[in-house]
Formats: sequence, C-alpha cells, structure tokens
Amino acid sequence: MKKKYTISVFTEDMVGLLNRVTIVFTRRKINIESIAASDSEVKDIHRYTIVVTETEETVKKVTLQLEKQVEVIKAVYHLDDEVIYQEIALFKVPTSILLQGGEAEHIVRSHHARVLSVETQFTVIEKTGHKDETQKLFNELEPFGILEFVRSGRVAITKPMRTLTSIVNELENA
Amino acid sequence: MEAVEYKSKQKMKPEQQMNGAQAVVHSLLAEGVDLIFGYPGGAIMPVYDALYDYEKELNHILVRHEQGATHAAQGYARASGKVGVCIATSGPGATNLITGIADAQIDSTPMVCITGQVASSLLGTDAFQETDVIGISMPVTKWNYQVTRASEIPGALAKAFYIARTGKPGPVLVDITKDAQFEMLEFSYKPFKGMRSYVTCPTLNLSKVQQAAEIINSAKRPLVLFGQGVILSGAESQFQNFIEKAGLPSAWTIMGLSALDSDHYLNVGMLGMHGNYAPNKLTNECDVLIAVGMRFDDRVTGDLSRYAKQAKVIHLEIDPAEVDKNVKADVAVLGDAKEALVALGQLVERKEHQEWLQEFRELEFEEYSEVIKEELNPSQEQLTMGEVIRSVNDHTEGKAIVVTDVGQHQMVSCRYAKFKQSRSLITSGGLGTMGFCLPAAIGAKFAKPNREVVAVIGDGGFQMTIQELGTIFQTKIPVKIVVLNNEFLGMVRQWQELFFDKRYASTTMVNPDFQKIVEGYDIKSKKVTEREQLNGAVEEMLDFEGAYFLEVKVGKENNVFPMIPTGASVSEIRLK
Repeated sequence: MKKKYTISVFTEDMVGLLNRVTIVFTRRKINIESIAASDSEVKDIHRYTIVVTETEETVKKVTLQLEKQVEVIKAVYHLDDEVIYQEIALFKVPTSILLQGGEAEHIVRSHHARVLSVETQFTVIEKTGHKDETQKLFNELEPFGILEFVRSGRVAITKPMRTLTSIVNELENA
Repeated sequence: MEAVEYKSKQKMKPEQQMNGAQAVVHSLLAEGVDLIFGYPGGAIMPVYDALYDYEKELNHILVRHEQGATHAAQGYARASGKVGVCIATSGPGATNLITGIADAQIDSTPMVCITGQVASSLLGTDAFQETDVIGISMPVTKWNYQVTRASEIPGALAKAFYIARTGKPGPVLVDITKDAQFEMLEFSYKPFKGMRSYVTCPTLNLSKVQQAAEIINSAKRPLVLFGQGVILSGAESQFQNFIEKAGLPSAWTIMGLSALDSDHYLNVGMLGMHGNYAPNKLTNECDVLIAVGMRFDDRVTGDLSRYAKQAKVIHLEIDPAEVDKNVKADVAVLGDAKEALVALGQLVERKEHQEWLQEFRELEFEEYSEVIKEELNPSQEQLTMGEVIRSVNDHTEGKAIVVTDVGQHQMVSCRYAKFKQSRSLITSGGLGTMGFCLPAAIGAKFAKPNREVVAVIGDGGFQMTIQELGTIFQTKIPVKIVVLNNEFLGMVRQWQELFFDKRYASTTMVNPDFQKIVEGYDIKSKKVTEREQLNGAVEEMLDFEGAYFLEVKVGKENNVFPMIPTGASVSEIRLK
C-alpha cells in the first residue's frame, strides 16, 4: 500500500549531488512531492528531506540505491508519525485587505500566522505548519486576493534517538 | 586491485611545477596505468600534448570512434582485472562515450573516463563542442566530477581510480576544463585512502555465515548460482573449494562464465533465457538456492513470481542494494565474495549430492539429444553457429579469451565455448550492446598479448563498430575475428518468428563483401561456406601470426534453443 514517507538523505557537500539524488527517483518514475536541502547538526554534512508517496518496499529499495551513491552517507525513511515536520508558507497580500473591517486580520490571528513585513502596498504573512494548515489559511485568504504564495518543502526531525554523530563515528571508524 | 605505488620513470621531485595536462599524465602513471584508449580533439589537446612526451611509459591507442575507446577499455579491464582508461574530447567526443559507460556500469567494469571540457569561463555559454557531460553521464557513472582548477587534478584522479576499482567496480568520469589543463600547479600525488560516505565492502557478519552454512548443511537439493562477483573478488579457487566440499551443483550467469572450469563435474551450465535445460528447470525444484555474486537479472530469473518459490535463498553479495531487489533472500551474507566463501567453506560439511546431481545429468542428456547434438554435429546442410564454436574450442583447447557481441552468436558462444581459466569470456551482459565485441577484443588482446583472443561477432554487430578495423590496422594487434553471418539480425528475427508471426520487419541485412572491406585494412581473411572448409579455416586463423578475419556463412533462419519466453517461468524452458 502506498503511504507518505519522509526520506532523509545525509550527504557530503558536493556539487551536483542533488542531481544524483533526484535521478534515483526520476529513473523509477517516482514523483518527489517536496524536497528541502540544508545543513545538518554535523559540520560539512548536508541533508535532503524528500517526501514521496510510495509503498514501503519501493521506498526501502530507493534508500538503498541512495546509500549506494558514493557521497551519500546515510538515507533513512519514516512515516509521518515517526517524524516531527513542518513547512513554511509565505503569503503576499494587499495591505488594504487588513484595513477593511478586520475580517482578514481575524483570519491571520486565528491561524497564529505572523506578519513579517508591512509595506504601503502589500503585507507578507508567514505561517508554519503542516500542509493542511497552511492550505487552510490559503483557502481563507484567497477570497481577499493573494498576490503571491510560496510554500517550502517539508523539513523533518526524526523521533528515533540514533544520532547522525553516532552514525558518522561508526562509518569513520569502520 | 590495489593502488600501485608511484614509480614514474621520470625523475621527479616530490613536488614539481607542471601544467594540469602534465598532471593528468603523471597521475595516470602514478596509478600504474601504461595503456589508454582515446581520441583527440580541441578541448583535450593539452593532455594529448603532454602524452606526446610519454609515449614509452603510457601507450595511447588511437581508436576510430570514442565508443570504441570505452569498449576497448572495458575489454582491457575485464581481461586484466585492472582499471581500463579512456580519454576523449568535449561535446561529441564525450557523448560518444556514454554507451560504453552505461555498459560498464551495468556490468560493474572498472573504468576511468577522462574528458576535455571547454574553458571554465565558457561553461554554460553553448560554446563550441560544449556539452554537459557531467549531467549526461550522471545516471550511468558510479561517480563523476568536473575539474576546473589544475590543483584539483591529482586528487580527483586518485579518487576516480579508487572508486572505479573498489567495492562493486564501475565507471567514473572526470571532466577537465581546458583552462585547468593549461594552468600550472605544484604536483604531488597521494593515493586516495577512502571516505566515510563510501563503504567499499560491508564487514562480513559471521552469524549470517553460520546461518547460511546450517541451511546448506541440511539441504538435500542445493543449487549454486554464480555470477561475476566470483571473478571480481578473485575468488575462483575459494569458490571451487566451497562447492567441492559441500558437493554443490553450480550454474553460472554469462557474467560469471569462466570462473569455474567448463568441464568441472559440478558445473551444471548456464542460467537464463538461452541457458541450459537442467539448471533452469531445477531452479524450481531445489530446496536451497545459493546465489554468489550475481544479481538475479530478469534474463536469468524469468517470471519472478514463479521463481524458486520452494527454495530457501542464500545471497552472497557485496552490494546491499542488490539484496531483496529482485529475489527475497532468507539469509543475505553481505561482503566480499572471497572472504565470504572462505568463511562459508570452513563451516559447510563435506557432502556429495549424487542423486541430485544425477537429475541434472538426466536433463543434460535430454538437452543434448534434442538440441546440442544437432547444433554441434549438424545433419542439416547449412553450417550452425554451434559447430563453429566447437571448432574454435577444439583448436584452442579452451585456452582462448572469447569476446562476443550481442545476439544469437553471443548465446551460442556462451553455451558452447569451453573455458579452463577465469576472465576468458568477455561479453556485454547487462546492457546488451551491439558493437561491443570488436573494440573489446582489441582491449582484451592489449591486456593479454600472450593469449589467443577470438572475437565472435554477428554480421549486424560487426557493422556497428566496424571502423575499429582501422585500430587493428594501425596497431597490428593480432585479434582473430569470426563473423557468423546469417544475413539477419538473428535474435530479433528469432523473436519475430516465434512471437510476431514471422513478420521480419527490418531484420534482413543486405551485407557488403566483408572480405573486400578487411582487405582494405590489410587483414588476412577467409570465407567459409561449406562444412568441410571449417576446421581448416579455423586452424589457419589461429596459426596465423597477425590479425585474421574469418567469415562463416551460417544457417539463415536457425534459432537458439533452449529458450525461456518472456514472462514464462524458468521451469517452462522450451527445448524447441
């Protein structure tokens, strides 16, 4: 059965590696629903957070293929209940809608969204949360007119307590 | 395969000023490379200029097409166990390498490809002969890297060689911009020692070995399937000890062919689509399946849902991604095949499975009566591919390196050629690259000049890389070329006959006079059309000192049997 999996890929810092990682997915015609790249807690180790909806068997094979790449240190996969995850969404709306009777302002407050910047013409609102939460805010603001919208890829922290440092130590002492 | 200590004949101080192109040459020498295959062009010219000063130390073989360079490097690597090296210019030179790189990737052949690239200031400008070879080659290389500074060259090449030859070997590509080739650097070479993100070989888990041994010791009908892993880890004798001790019938994939003597009493033949009857049939009747350094390719397994379901599966494998990929293993022993086979060999009990082996013999006899006898000693008027291979066997006594192309003649060669030593069968296994043979045979002969190298090619594949006759002409490399000419793309025609109502779409080959062509290259030749000419011609070919071209007209519409049709189970293998 297909489920949503978060794949975390820990890699060396190397030009072009993102391409090598995504090729593992595209070759198998697996759609990457979201991808985020960042540093990790260990110096010089990068992490990609990739979300796919696939069977566990496929995801398991994909992580093995990812680990086979020379500069990939480790790849792990988790179901949604095994990770703490967030996405960030930014909304650019006309400042005027926040001045008209307070309805839009109420929506922003009720979602615990933050106002990042107020300009004469537009205001930028930030909302972090799961996709359904940022989508809900989107849906509610949409009638007022959203000038620009962007949502980041998922970032996720895993619940299991095995640390990247311990994995790296193992590999370095092998 | 170990890194060779740097012993350049050039008197070099430990650190010496040179340009990037010279650093490429010195890095190759430092890796113990003495032979490379390539083709010059604009963006790689500085490296060629540097090579000019090292003609004695570093022999460069000028091929006639960059694809030929890759296959020659593959043939060299497969015959020698060393890393094959090829070199090409940017743009079309680089893209012409791709087929060979893909072939080396799927067949785990260690190869380092060096490409020239436009100057770094021109990257991304659609400069003359610019192509994104890093992007293009990424899916088919084990690793690749673009060098834009001369100072990166020694390190990048050291890493490239290390990655190509360690673990599960494979092709790597290093792309070097032209300005980096001109730039000066302080050269010093340090062999690459490894990196945390790249585990070359998993540590052997002895409890897994123990579990595997227990299963093998209680097996009544065990069957070993061995692949190229045995050859790549140099585990031939350890493998033989293991199967002899435990009395295990052993069947091979075409990539594993020649790892075990063809006439060994436990060698039960070839697996897969056109393999032998007994090992395919009995795959579905064994109680324990022991896979050694093989990856359960679909051409070996047929329908996976009906593949060895009754058997406990033990998988000895270096690559964790191969375990459970196609066939679920009950016990996976990860690690180097040699190490695993030594450990396993100590734990297995001495046994003989005579009755079980007898079942193979009975099916072998059935196959012999129905297929092999007629193929090797035909009653039909037309020559068969099998009798040509038999004649080559008779005259080489199984000591030759046989290189094949792809198609019917490949299957026939694998089925009927006899081998007494490892690394003697070189073929494009995973990718099935027509045109592989002629350049690969050239590479193999350069690797093993004292061994007979016989290239067996179909009339189709021969014309895909026929230009490498020019390489033979220029280098005078004495390869023996046997073209089995059926004036068809035979394997496709066979499928059309069996599965497409004999609609022979675009498989008829109207061929030129091959003898006239090879005459232009001053290659001695003979054409055989009658049976009584065959043995004499093969003998003459093998006795001749230089390169030789032997064309044999074989039956136009002969088929290769047995055969497992696509989608069928191994046990449904057909004898006709």
